Amino acid sequence: MNEQLLQANSNAHEANTELVLDIRNLKSHFFTAKGVVPAVDGVSIQVPPGKIIGIVGESGCGKSMTAMSVMGLLRYPGKIVGGSIILSGKEITHIRPKELAKIRGNEISMIFQEPMTSLNPVYPIGHQVREAILLHQKISKEEAKNRVIDIFRAVGIPEPQKRYYSFPHQLSGGLRQRVMIGMAMVCRPKVMIADEPTTALDVTIEAQILRLMKKLCEEQGTSIILITHNMGVVAEICDYVYVMYAGKVMEQAETFTLFEKNSHPYTQGLLKSIPKLDEKTDRLYTIDGVVPNLLHLPEGCSFCTRCSQAQKRCFSEKPYLYETGQNHGVRCFQYESGVHLDGK
Amino acid sequence: MENNIQTAEKNSRKKILLEAKNLVKEFPAGRNKGKSLVVHAISHVDLTLYEGETLALVGESGCGKSTLGRVLIRLLEATSGQICFDGKNIVEMNESAFSPYRKQMQIIFQDPYASLNPRMSVKQIIEEPLVTYGMRDKKEREMRVKALMKEVGIAEEFYNRYPHQFSGGQRQRIGIARAIALNPKLIICDEPVSALDVSIQSQVLNLLKDLQERYRLTYLFISHDLSVVKFIANRVCVMFLGCICEIGPTESLYEHPLHPYTRFLLNAIPKADPKLRSQEKELLSGELPSPINPPPGCRFHTRCPYARDICSQQAPCRKEINGREVFCHFPLED
Ligand SMILES: Nc1ncnc2c1ncn2[C@@H]1O[C@H](COP(=O)(O)OP(=O)(O)O)[C@@H](O)[C@H]1O
Ligand SMILES: Nc1ncnc2c1ncn2[C@@H]1O[C@H](COP(=O)(O)OP(=O)(O)O)[C@@H](O)[C@H]1O
Ligand code: SF4
Ligand SMILES: [Mg+2]
Ligand SMILES: [Mg+2]
Repeated sequence: MNEQLLQANSNAHEANTELVLDIRNLKSHFFTAKGVVPAVDGVSIQVPPGKIIGIVGESGCGKSMTAMSVMGLLRYPGKIVGGSIILSGKEITHIRPKELAKIRGNEISMIFQEPMTSLNPVYPIGHQVREAILLHQKISKEEAKNRVIDIFRAVGIPEPQKRYYSFPHQLSGGLRQRVMIGMAMVCRPKVMIADEPTTALDVTIEAQILRLMKKLCEEQGTSIILITHNMGVVAEICDYVYVMYAGKVMEQAETFTLFEKNSHPYTQGLLKSIPKLDEKTDRLYTIDGVVPNLLHLPEGCSFCTRCSQAQKRCFSEKPYLYETGQNHGVRCFQYESGVHLDGK
Repeated sequence: MENNIQTAEKNSRKKILLEAKNLVKEFPAGRNKGKSLVVHAISHVDLTLYEGETLALVGESGCGKSTLGRVLIRLLEATSGQICFDGKNIVEMNESAFSPYRKQMQIIFQDPYASLNPRMSVKQIIEEPLVTYGMRDKKEREMRVKALMKEVGIAEEFYNRYPHQFSGGQRQRIGIARAIALNPKLIICDEPVSALDVSIQSQVLNLLKDLQERYRLTYLFISHDLSVVKFIANRVCVMFLGCICEIGPTESLYEHPLHPYTRFLLNAIPKADPKLRSQEKELLSGELPSPINPPPGCRFHTRCPYARDICSQQAPCRKEINGREVFCHFPLED
């Protein structure tokens, strides 16, 4: 265990002082009656300042639980059992809830797929954002209100003065998501985690929200971790991408590399399965089978049961994440000549 | 150009399966200052479905896709208008006259978990329509259910399992088996793959295509995903706030949208290719107007950058351009 950690630290994470968020070999498991579910199983993610980092993968692969672990929002029976989370050089993996609450919203914030669940239905949205400001900053109510209106304007809410008094249910899904983004940006956090922020929205609204996030990232230098299952969203605004499968990162690369030189059979399969706008086919490529139950993962590579390129050893040994090029890692034996980037 | 004429000819030679004329569906929406309000879910829609084709209905949520699909097969009663199926007006038929038609029109839903009874086994779920339509012989039914399961790729040994024991993709397959059990002619597919992961989505889309070929099924395929629609549909109907914007063959509609709204929709799709990233792409601004109080004239005019005076005064009539239909005063040039 210690050896693994050491290795992880010395290989992939040497000159890391530049990172705003550094997730190292994170393991978050769920202790259920049926057994231990390794929802997040050795995930390392590096977030440099002012970048948009994508986490992509099918449902159940551990995207949200990675985010919840970072936010300290993991609930029983889930528990961080290994690794570390370093925010601006400070270890926050096991800090006390009170301290964590201070960091949350201030230095790191999160938005969710369904903003309705994070807004209080009985208060006007303006008041809710104002309270968020007053929680972290010592300014008068009047000043705070003016800031809210500025924020509403910045995130593209029309008639911000009037909207200040609207209740959540009076807004469309797109506007509610803008409010959430505004709330998340109140204290200009260094990192914002957005968990499927556009999944419930129509494409025309999705495009607006993605553009807004890109703008905030560029203008305020906020880094964004964008969690999505949509490769189109990744291609549209992410700088760097992590592809997850069954609790592990299978491939990581700069966005252009990922789309042009994707190497992991899972990434390749995913990209091939999406119907393309610019080509006419009669049949779509499919990845056989389904995502394995995390309680009964195959002994070897977690993708072996569905992989079209699997060899004998894939069923018995676990591949490392191997470095195949600059900033490009692949968890597949076909690339094992590369340096190991993590523990098993 | 030549191509379009050919498709138009092909369409006219094709047999019409269903034809809706001047369909209206309104829902009551309470009262305001003594006046009763209605949601204008579908407003004066004409739609034709040809035998064996897939017509996609696309548009933002709330534009009336599901309502239209349900009204066409009388899961919802139309407020007014006509629906002809196989040449017969089915709107006014009483239940017993309609019964043989109901059998020929089925529907598949987005969330198979919500649409399958959790207390029924796979066998009971698929068998139910067979029982309703009088297949008495138990042995015969069992054979039919097993054949259907095989058809949609569910192993026979799962015969007695319950919906919660299956994955989302498998549940959708069960829903499909049930829908094809009575050899229908038309299936309304209401966002059938929207809740599925891409690797499962492609399996289900291939299955739907295979079944269509084998049984010459006609699909009305409701989706908000224009990439999926590009793959599965022969023709596409774009809707906005209860009205049709344009209808046309998939290829040419994607290549040269005639209605401004279609172009915005196509532009907005995040493309799975970072080379196509562009900061400058033109986005639709503003929000969807209310269907209780839709804008007069063209319903899109409040968001349309090409709108002129007439657009807010007169609803655009149907125009035919190169064998395609569009409802716009100023259709886009090729
Ligand atoms: N409360 C829980 N109890 C047991 N397992 C859980 C619980 N919550 C999540 N999990 C497990 O964690 C895995 C990852 O979940 P999640 O991170 O939400 O996936 P994603 O966001 O990628 O769809 C799931 O496959 C599930 O098995
Ligand atoms: N049972 C109902 N009662 C009242 N309004 C309804 C009902 N069903 C749908 N609507 C309204 O009709 C409009 C069209 O809805 P729907 O057909 O579900 O749209 P779509 O499927 O395109 O998302 C929406 O404004 C919706 O709120
Ligand atoms: S009719 Fe006018 S408002 Fe409507 S889409 Fe056409 S140009 Fe725009
Ligand atoms: Mg999730
Ligand atoms: Mg619908």
